[in-house]
Amino acid sequence: MKKIEAVIKPHKLDEVKEALHALGVTGMTAYDVKGFGRQKGHTEVYRGNEYTIDFVPKTKIELVVSDEMASKVEQAIVDAARTDKIGDGKVFTFDCVGAVRIRTGERGDDAL
Amino acid sequence: MPAIDTGSTAWMLVSAAMVLFMTPGLALFYAGMVRSKNVLSSTMHSLFAMGLVSVIWAVIGYTLAFGPDTGGVVGGLKFFGLDGVLGSVTGIGTSAIPTSVFAMYQGMFAIITVGLITGAVAERMKFKAYVIFAALWALLVYSPLAHWVWGGGWLAQLGALDFAGGTVVHIASAAAALAAAIVLGKRKGYGTEEMRPHNIPMSVLGAGILWFGWFGFNAGSALGSGQLAGSAFMATNLSAAAGMLMWSLAEVLTGHKPTVLGAASGAVAGLVGITPAAGFVGPMPALAIGAITGLACYFGLRLKSRFKFDDALDVVGVHGVGGTTGAILTGVFASVAVNSAGANGLLFGGGLALLGKQLVGVGATIAFSFTVSFIILKLLDATMGIRVDAETESNGLDVAEHAETGYEF
Repeated sequence: MKKIEAVIKPHKLDEVKEALHALGVTGMTAYDVKGFGRQKGHTEVYRGNEYTIDFVPKTKIELVVSDEMASKVEQAIVDAARTDKIGDGKVFTFDCVGAVRIRTGERGDDAL
Repeated sequence: MPAIDTGSTAWMLVSAAMVLFMTPGLALFYAGMVRSKNVLSSTMHSLFAMGLVSVIWAVIGYTLAFGPDTGGVVGGLKFFGLDGVLGSVTGIGTSAIPTSVFAMYQGMFAIITVGLITGAVAERMKFKAYVIFAALWALLVYSPLAHWVWGGGWLAQLGALDFAGGTVVHIASAAAALAAAIVLGKRKGYGTEEMRPHNIPMSVLGAGILWFGWFGFNAGSALGSGQLAGSAFMATNLSAAAGMLMWSLAEVLTGHKPTVLGAASGAVAGLVGITPAAGFVGPMPALAIGAITGLACYFGLRLKSRFKFDDALDVVGVHGVGGTTGAILTGVFASVAVNSAGANGLLFGGGLALLGKQLVGVGATIAFSFTVSFIILKLLDATMGIRVDAETESNGLDVAEHAETGYEF
């Protein structure tokens, strides 16, 4: 099994979700994060005080898929999340050594 | 028993309630500007003042402020515990209202004045120390000052004009705020760490409530319903509007975007400026006062970086600069055509006479409030310490001082 983590632009979440749905992916987790890579931050001003904000709001998604699905899923995320503008994000793939469905006790690929 | 005017009484009852409402409005205004880990601490400063100062005012504050004059300095103890207040009447003719209403109305001013100071102490003051400071300040600074200006004391006798509290409320609280900022010291990380407002919508809601309540604050200071309340109401709205427009314009002209916090702050600055002038000036002068005060406060914010003190929420920059500007402009624009009980300012044939008296009022207020506040704070700091420890300051005051978290996500 492989765990895929992706940092994407928040407004791309729905598109990515639809693309993964089309592939038959059955579940994922998403949460709000902030981060930066090469994308510069921005300046905010409050009562005359300037603040350089390095961190930009992003969305992180996590999902675990079977080994066969991994590269298709990775590509689907890349295609759906790309805007060709700086700050599109990254996709990481890790080995996942265990998975259990809590309700039924199914393990491995059966848990996915 | 002399008759009361029911119209004026009704208006004053509503005004008193409106002024009280300004304190939770202030709570929202301030709390939105601190970091979320301190939202409750900030809110509690204003909320608790509503309880603490209400009681102090009733027991002894009112009498010290509005009791029969003693030496021009204080009111004495005739109305201790509001003795004799029920059933009596204040004012005459169409402005005759129950003394109880007058006493309550004035008490609401004391509450918010204390609340205003807390902008300077945000994010680092011990709550216990704040409570003791607030109680002593209401007693030793606010009540005497109210007496000097409104209770027949020496500033009133001098002829300085302060319709609704430019000195008693705004300059006094700003001077105290300056003393507090100095004694407390700067927040950890001030200048290097990011300290952004955590909830600007909250601050804007607060500013809106302040604007609304200010009609009670200024127009209610006519102490009756009629032409004077009407002109004060008008001046109040126009000054708020001009203040907002001028602040936004200043932001744009200095190369920035027009900010939401700036627009709200500009309105508040305009309202501060018109406070001493509201019942003495016409509508067009009110616009001028709002615009000039808005601009003055926009640049007044720079005082704290210039003089290196951490006035977290700009009490000095807005209420100090605004109150002073308004007091001076009252000496410029006041007209007896608007209020025969007032005087003529510089542009209305009065020469420099009124202006001089205004400056005395400003100077006396700053000196008195700053000095007494500084002494109280130094004593408290020496005995119980007024600043939280470094770890509490880093983690935020809400959990350590109040065992609560503002937000649960």
